[in-house]
Amino acid sequence: MIQAILVFNNHGKPRLVRFYQRFPEEIQQQIVRETFHLVLKRDDNICNFLEGGSLIGGSDYKLIYRHYATLYFVFCVDSSESELGILDLIQVFVETLDKCFENVCELDLIFHMDKVHYILQEVVMGGMVLETNMNEIVAQIEAQNRLEKSEGGLSAAPARAVSAVKNINLPEIPRNINLGDLNIKVPNLSQFV
Amino acid sequence: MALKMVKGSIDRMFDKNLQDLVRGIRNHKEDEAKYISQCIDEIKQELKQDNIAVKANAVCKLTYLQMLGYDISWAAFNIIEVMSASKFTFKRIGYLAASQCFHEGTDVIMLTTNQIRKDLSSPSQYDTGVALTGLSCFVTSDLARDLANDIMTLMSHTKPYIRKKAVLIMYKVFLKYPESLRPAFPRLKEKLEDPDPGVQSAAVNVICELARRNPKNYLSLAPLFFKLMTCSTNNWVLIKIIKLFGALTPLEPRLGKKLIEPLTNLIHSTSAMSLLYECVNTVIAVLISLSSGMPNHSASIQLCVQKLRILIEDSDQNLKYLGLLAMSKILRTHPKSVQAHKDLILQCLDDKDESIRLRALDLLYGMVSKKNLMEIVKKLMTHVDKAEGTTYRDELLTKIIDICSQSNYQYITNFEWYISILVELTRLEGTRHGHLIAAQMLDVAIRVKAIRKFAVSQMSALLDSGHLVASSTQRNGICEVLYAAAWICGEFSEHLQEPHQTLEAMLRPKVTTLPGHIQAVYVQNVVKLYASILLQKEQAGETEAAQEVTQVMVERLPQFVQSADLEVQERASCILQLVKHVQKLQAKAVPVAEELSALFAGELNPVAPKAQKKVPVPEGLDLDTWINEPPSDSESEDEKSKTIFREEEQKHTQHRQPEVDEAELARRREARKQEQANNPFYIKSSPSPQKRYQDAPGVEHIPVVQIDLSVPLKVPGLPTSDQYVKLEEERRHQQRLEKDKKKKRKREREREKKGKHRRQRSLPTESEEDIAPAQQVDIVTEEMPENALPSDEDDKDPNDPYRALDVDLDRPLADSEKLPVQKHRNAETSKSPQKEDVPLVEKKSKKPKKKEKKHREREKEREKEEQRGEDLDFWLSTTPPPAAAPAPVPSVEELGTNAITAPKDECEGHRTEKPEDQDDDAERDPERKPSRHKKQHRKEKAGRSKGKKAKQQPPTCAEAAGPVENGAAEEEPLPPMSSYCLLAENAYIKMTYDIQASLQKESQVTVSIILENQSSSFLKNMELNVLDSLNTKMARPEGSSVHDGVPVPFQLPPGVSNEAQFVFTIQSIVMAQKLKGTLSFIAKDAEGATHEKLDFRLHFSCSAYLVTTPCYSDAFAKLLESGDLSMSSIKVDGISMSFQNLLAKICFHHHFSVVERVDSCASMYSRSIQGHHVCLLVKKGEKSVSVDGKCSDSTLLGNLLEEMQVTLAQC
Repeated sequence: MIQAILVFNNHGKPRLVRFYQRFPEEIQQQIVRETFHLVLKRDDNICNFLEGGSLIGGSDYKLIYRHYATLYFVFCVDSSESELGILDLIQVFVETLDKCFENVCELDLIFHMDKVHYILQEVVMGGMVLETNMNEIVAQIEAQNRLEKSEGGLSAAPARAVSAVKNINLPEIPRNINLGDLNIKVPNLSQFV
Repeated sequence: MALKMVKGSIDRMFDKNLQDLVRGIRNHKEDEAKYISQCIDEIKQELKQDNIAVKANAVCKLTYLQMLGYDISWAAFNIIEVMSASKFTFKRIGYLAASQCFHEGTDVIMLTTNQIRKDLSSPSQYDTGVALTGLSCFVTSDLARDLANDIMTLMSHTKPYIRKKAVLIMYKVFLKYPESLRPAFPRLKEKLEDPDPGVQSAAVNVICELARRNPKNYLSLAPLFFKLMTCSTNNWVLIKIIKLFGALTPLEPRLGKKLIEPLTNLIHSTSAMSLLYECVNTVIAVLISLSSGMPNHSASIQLCVQKLRILIEDSDQNLKYLGLLAMSKILRTHPKSVQAHKDLILQCLDDKDESIRLRALDLLYGMVSKKNLMEIVKKLMTHVDKAEGTTYRDELLTKIIDICSQSNYQYITNFEWYISILVELTRLEGTRHGHLIAAQMLDVAIRVKAIRKFAVSQMSALLDSGHLVASSTQRNGICEVLYAAAWICGEFSEHLQEPHQTLEAMLRPKVTTLPGHIQAVYVQNVVKLYASILLQKEQAGETEAAQEVTQVMVERLPQFVQSADLEVQERASCILQLVKHVQKLQAKAVPVAEELSALFAGELNPVAPKAQKKVPVPEGLDLDTWINEPPSDSESEDEKSKTIFREEEQKHTQHRQPEVDEAELARRREARKQEQANNPFYIKSSPSPQKRYQDAPGVEHIPVVQIDLSVPLKVPGLPTSDQYVKLEEERRHQQRLEKDKKKKRKREREREKKGKHRRQRSLPTESEEDIAPAQQVDIVTEEMPENALPSDEDDKDPNDPYRALDVDLDRPLADSEKLPVQKHRNAETSKSPQKEDVPLVEKKSKKPKKKEKKHREREKEREKEEQRGEDLDFWLSTTPPPAAAPAPVPSVEELGTNAITAPKDECEGHRTEKPEDQDDDAERDPERKPSRHKKQHRKEKAGRSKGKKAKQQPPTCAEAAGPVENGAAEEEPLPPMSSYCLLAENAYIKMTYDIQASLQKESQVTVSIILENQSSSFLKNMELNVLDSLNTKMARPEGSSVHDGVPVPFQLPPGVSNEAQFVFTIQSIVMAQKLKGTLSFIAKDAEGATHEKLDFRLHFSCSAYLVTTPCYSDAFAKLLESGDLSMSSIKVDGISMSFQNLLAKICFHHHFSVVERVDSCASMYSRSIQGHHVCLLVKKGEKSVSVDGKCSDSTLLGNLLEEMQVTLAQC
């Protein structure tokens, strides 16, 4: 079982917080902070597994994480999950994000947290891995986006117009935090079929 | 109105959307909290609007704020509103927010049940999907119970997308509602072989998760999984299955044998490291389970270790980590194979990666031997010095202690060395494991008698050195060691070289800065020390010196008397008085030392931690009997609690002095104040403890100097552990030489003796056993009570949520285990407790039913059953097939399908009981067998008991063949019976129905209709309507007219059936009734939707109004004698069926129970819901049956007999 999925940036700002076990909000924030400090200390060239933090679970739980450019993707899992399998899953998740957002960068995650959640929901459900095949995941997400578009029509248009106007007023949206090298693949690992 | 709309949409243009919110927060970095609280106010406004789009937008923003740590549970109701939006866009937002913030404690969650049910059966797969995803995060026990059946239906949905989600969510449902596991399991198992790989993977996922908690229940699935493993190409599925096998093998070693070959093949062939690693892991698990007497598997171990070595040597740190992790598993059973790679593991200790170092540490634990312990610990000690983070250093510390103390200090040859290691560890600053070191010191000093002298000298040095006291600020810090040091010095004070000096050290004022529990130990042990010094001095005749010591005690003890810690204070005051008394006696030159030391005479032995629990209950002691009889029942609970309260009050007043009035109190208070003011020793304010000891008489103020301990401190006067390593080497060398000498001499002697019969002799090598310990080690074993029970009952956590899922999955389902079906009910139904009772009673009814089984048949079935039970054995005993073979064993299919089909029928609501099913039930439950036999015997003895037994039978039980329990063994089996009969059928749907009545409701019956979708279309919007008659009416929801139909509360995907219940009210029951009705529904398939109808005639027979009611034969006789019953009779010819089965049929179809049976004559009884008694006398002649009936209503009797005639004519 996956206990939690956390995405935060190099400064510990949460970008996605998904717990599959109930924790009150302040504990959630505490866990994010603790996890961030645990992960931050580690160089990029050491192993991606960490014996769990003190807040979630206990000895049975592990943190498995990957670091892409400005973002950390951390999965907290118990012993029923394969460590290398989860590493692959993170890769699948990030590549799916890349496909859905077309060259994903941190900004996409910042402004479209809801969409990131919807994508994650197609990969992991209730703490269990739902789908590992990226094409299948992307197909489902696109189908749902189409459905949303067909419903959207008029009601979404004025909001979009307004937000376009608002964008004009705020020209300094930072555009330079590209997620960069997504192709850091783990050697020796075959992709899931 | 239009204006309002326009205004609304203009307002909306200025609502922030999620992006605006995020942007706003980023632009208000300085006053983020303020900005967000502003936004929350806006959101609250937006949530008040009617426009669902505005609400959805607001909820979406709330979800973002939740991520930032804001509690959004206040908006739970609005979230539900958005969840129930018709548009997918909004629904999705609602469910996302719910999944983030709903939980077991959210009270509005119960409002969602119907909405979720609606979404689950929505024609759009994405509505269903989004509901399933959301539900998976916030499912509660109530939701699980109410929706289990709907979700189970979805497991057979046409779309794999829904199927896989439904399968996955079942795990969550099982956790919250364990009763659903057995009914749902057959279908779950079916999904293991789903054509869609995603669904298959989900099913594997769920079963693996279940099996991990209760592996033994899933052993029977091994053949199926084995098949999957050999034919699946999905690595994810393979990994899960292989992990599952890892959990199963410890329970069934034969399974392991079968697995070894395919797994080793996989190890050789796969290129995926993740798979390789899991294979190695499972092979290790197999090897562990086979570890006894399996010599030919050494090749597999070698293969594993070799592969792991490759992983550890890999440059990828992840693989290195996992390699070490797996290595530690091998270590437990095959330490030798791992020890060969000691070099590699020691190398990993120097790795820059902390995770890897920790793993390597774990491995060291199993690699020590008497030979290398000192060397390894020495290496670890250097790491301790070098370590940067305190966590890693603490880890090292615990590992050193673990390694040394493992299996009762098995590997320690020199305890002096170990004590010095412990003392060296006390140098660690900032550790949290002071108590661990202390515990070790105590343990070793108590249990190794030979080491006490040395230990005491070391401990006194520790007490003396004082650097530990300085670190007393931290709880659980290193100062804990002083606890042990003080105790050891006190308890074993006879070994002290300079007891006086130690006494001084323990009485230093600095000591009062230590935590209370340590001070308490100090105080207690100071006396022990004092007693032994006194003894020494008195024996030597130095009375003056003895008095000096007493004086020191009297002077120093008050500092403890003033301690803030109660324990310290109490002990100190006690002891101070004692010492003062001693002082008086000493002044009179009375020798006191003997008496004083008698206080501490006797040895304290270690007691095993579990000793208390293991004390056996002495014979004749019954812990459950009352010592004093509980008070009589006449007192009600209310009264009791009141009186207790009053009594307490009284007790208090009794203890107090006689009542005093206000004036008296005031006077006393004044007097006390006066007294205090005049008393110079009365301390008005409470000063801090430090201040107090400064004021204390006789103690000069000693400033506590903070010692900088950044450099490892060599404790003065303490030996370092290093020297022991050298010493030990020398000692061993010496030993070896001596041994060699002895051996040589011996050999020579032997040679001289029997020079001619010389045997081949191997060269002497140093083995483990050769190393003799330096001290004569006497490890005192921990004490256990006499007659302690040797069994080691594991303390299982009774609150483990997974325990509820530990159920036997192979046993067929009982009716009572069916998942609750949503019922059509009106207010009255819900009030009645009877409905809830039904399942329970039904369960009981199983017993009598089984009894009618024929003996011969039973034997046969038992054989069959045994065969089936042996299937797994058979599968396991066959030689392993080549790994490539896709379907290795034929029995796989048999086992699989049998188990799947049998219970499935039941769970879908068909009550067409196959005789086989019933027998399975009977045979698989070994507990029930003996009881059944017993009952049969009893029955032969007393015919009267029949009536009693019939009581067990439920009034509404459909398959109530119960009363016909006195089945003679030689009779043929009863054909299967179902009370459900066909209502109507067309190409789309088939309806079968049954009518259930209950004695509790005299004018109401419930009609259960099973609707089965026979087409490939999706059936929805089903509505059932009947044309009410004057006498019989369908109960409709409040507010609807008599012409409205009642909606069926579910939808039917193709091939699925479900049961709906409808309530009817009846006025008179003496006549049978027929109602015309129609079921209308929409059938939707790929081409489109069509509106369809199906007409039916609902037949309410008179028998339907009867409820099986037991009756005693004497009551029955009285009833017949009473004479207010009218009589009627019928006769049916051409009956070939046995009398036994005939009675069973009458009981089953007409709801009678047998009162008494004599040969081919039986009396039967039943009762209608309106209280009519119906008595029957059934007589069987040659090929004919006559039924005489008596009933309080003649019309009813006539109609009943007519119906019975029809039934009997078919026999």
